[in-house]
Amino acid sequence: MNPDYVIAFLASTAGAATPLVLASSGELVAERSGVLNLGLEGIMLVGAVTGFMATVSTGSLTLGLLAALLAGMAMSLIFGFLVLTLQTNQVATGLALTLFGIGLSAFLGRDLVGQTVAPIAALSFPVLSDIPFIGPLLFRFDPVVYLSLLLVVAAGWMLARTRIGLQIRAVGEAPHSAHAIGMPVIGLRYAAVLFGGAMAGVGGAYMSLALTPMWVEGMTAGRGWIALAQVVFATWKPRNVVLGAYLFGGVTVLQFHGQGMGLAVPSQFLSMLPYLATIAILVIICRDPKTILLNKPMSLGQNFKAD
Amino acid sequence: MSRLEARPAPSRAMMLASPLIAALAMLVTGSILFLLLGQEPLHAFYVYFIKPATTLYGVGELLLKATPLILCGVGLAIGFRADVHNIGADGQLTVGAIIAGCVALYFDGVEAPWVLPLMLVAGALGGMAWAAIPALLRTRFNTSEILVSLMLVYVAYLLLSYLVHGPLRDPDGFNFPQSKMFGDSATLPLLVEGLRVNAAFLLSLAGVAGAWFFCRHTFAGYRMQVSGMAPAAALYAGFSAPKNVWLAFLVSGAMAGLAGVGEVAGPIGQLQPSVSPGYGFAAIIVAYVGRLHPVGVLLAALLMSLLYIGGEAAQIELQLPSAITGLFQGLLLFYLLAADLFIHYRFKPRVRVAPAGKTAATPEIAA
Repeated sequence: MNPDYVIAFLASTAGAATPLVLASSGELVAERSGVLNLGLEGIMLVGAVTGFMATVSTGSLTLGLLAALLAGMAMSLIFGFLVLTLQTNQVATGLALTLFGIGLSAFLGRDLVGQTVAPIAALSFPVLSDIPFIGPLLFRFDPVVYLSLLLVVAAGWMLARTRIGLQIRAVGEAPHSAHAIGMPVIGLRYAAVLFGGAMAGVGGAYMSLALTPMWVEGMTAGRGWIALAQVVFATWKPRNVVLGAYLFGGVTVLQFHGQGMGLAVPSQFLSMLPYLATIAILVIICRDPKTILLNKPMSLGQNFKAD
Repeated sequence: MSRLEARPAPSRAMMLASPLIAALAMLVTGSILFLLLGQEPLHAFYVYFIKPATTLYGVGELLLKATPLILCGVGLAIGFRADVHNIGADGQLTVGAIIAGCVALYFDGVEAPWVLPLMLVAGALGGMAWAAIPALLRTRFNTSEILVSLMLVYVAYLLLSYLVHGPLRDPDGFNFPQSKMFGDSATLPLLVEGLRVNAAFLLSLAGVAGAWFFCRHTFAGYRMQVSGMAPAAALYAGFSAPKNVWLAFLVSGAMAGLAGVGEVAGPIGQLQPSVSPGYGFAAIIVAYVGRLHPVGVLLAALLMSLLYIGGEAAQIELQLPSAITGLFQGLLLFYLLAADLFIHYRFKPRVRVAPAGKTAATPEIAA
């Protein structure tokens, strides 16, 4: 096998993994606070379309990412209002958000089909980027790739070491006890859900601004759902999110590199791989109920009402 | 400022009224949206929501589009009642269509009355088989049925895409990715000459009746309802959760599979790269808006069908984007979930309680 090909494969894995790193780490924080947001797919789509829209009209990728961040927060604010303030069922509301996001993104993006933007450019570090093998593998990515990894570290540190992280975890494990000692349960959950939405929005925009710099209806193709599965795979621990996302990134890019690497399989079957891999990994992780029960936030999916 | 107060018992009136409130809110939002898009709202409203139902042909189209929504919606509702969430009906529909299509193409040229029933059975079994995967993984390995059934939707789409691009492609079809047209014996009979609505609609009505009987008069139906409403009580009574999961998935998978047969043996008449514009997902909304009740699902499916037809009409007559349909669908579900608040809470004018300290004797939510 051609070593250039291996490098290209490994390098594009990082790109494919980045939307998942972003969306999963955001959802992880939300789930740690006890809120299951099944609307991730819808948020990512709206993020993808608003990010693209803002970049096309302003010419600035930074503003595009910022717009996607705000759009993701707006979407999760709808979710938060329904689930946290109006106490609606989390599963039904999350599904509603996804269906709404699919419709809304298609509606907003109707005039954008066929347009392109210059994708987010890769960074180039003096000397480092030119080291053979290591250079292209470590020092030639765009800033979002590095930021997403920093973000996981920051999220992990926040959850484990800061006061607000402790509070978020307390609210996710035992909201009634947390409320009894004066923690603002609903407020903390709002914060966690908004953070999750912001990250999913940026994750979606990364797809439309970096991976395939264009807007196509339904272009996330289930990434939001895979990101949800990633949180289970990570057993709600931030560091595992990176591992899972890069694993899935690798499986995803197989469909583009598979035939080049000599796999004589129809493209549709290679495209199935990420979905089948998600199922396989869920089975492996969930098979042992103890792993799940030990790590899953106790109040995940349950609404809290102060009484 | 007023606040919400918990009702002593859920309001039955609000339970029935909330879908209507949701539909009304959606219509109001729709009118505002029409206005923003530069349309005359009343005219757009008429074209979108009223006109499709004013002609006989329009009513036929309405029933045609409602058919897969009823079939999928009724099946999903049975599971949702027991808190079993099958989100993959679109995949089960697709596999049902594939299997029925294989039967139709295998017996191509055979003019016999048994071809169509065989397709229906095969399609239902195909949907069931696809639904059995998340059921098995959930009961055996504790895997989220939501995520697994959803992943399988994408797998089913890709499987169909492979088949119509490859083995099942019509050799005389100028390389278009589609199968041969099905023969007469593999096509569902029309209900009324001149309309496109076919016998699958009767099948969906039978599904509604069957589901109503199941929920109302069978022990399994009762068991599932208890499991959904009071999981602890169900556990105490020794009701088996795996049984509920299996039943919910097999029933909804079979119904979705039938819906798939209804499409390919009906209006489409062949296998194409896509056989459903997301009926399986719209059916989730249908199930909730229909209050998870078979008759409610029937009405909700008609409303949702109107959204599809109206969307097409608005696209042609008003040059409105077709994506507006999906937007309305999502909004409808949002409004329903929000309106459901009033089933358990009611408005109460704010009463000043001196000094503003701990006043909450009853659960309340600031509104």
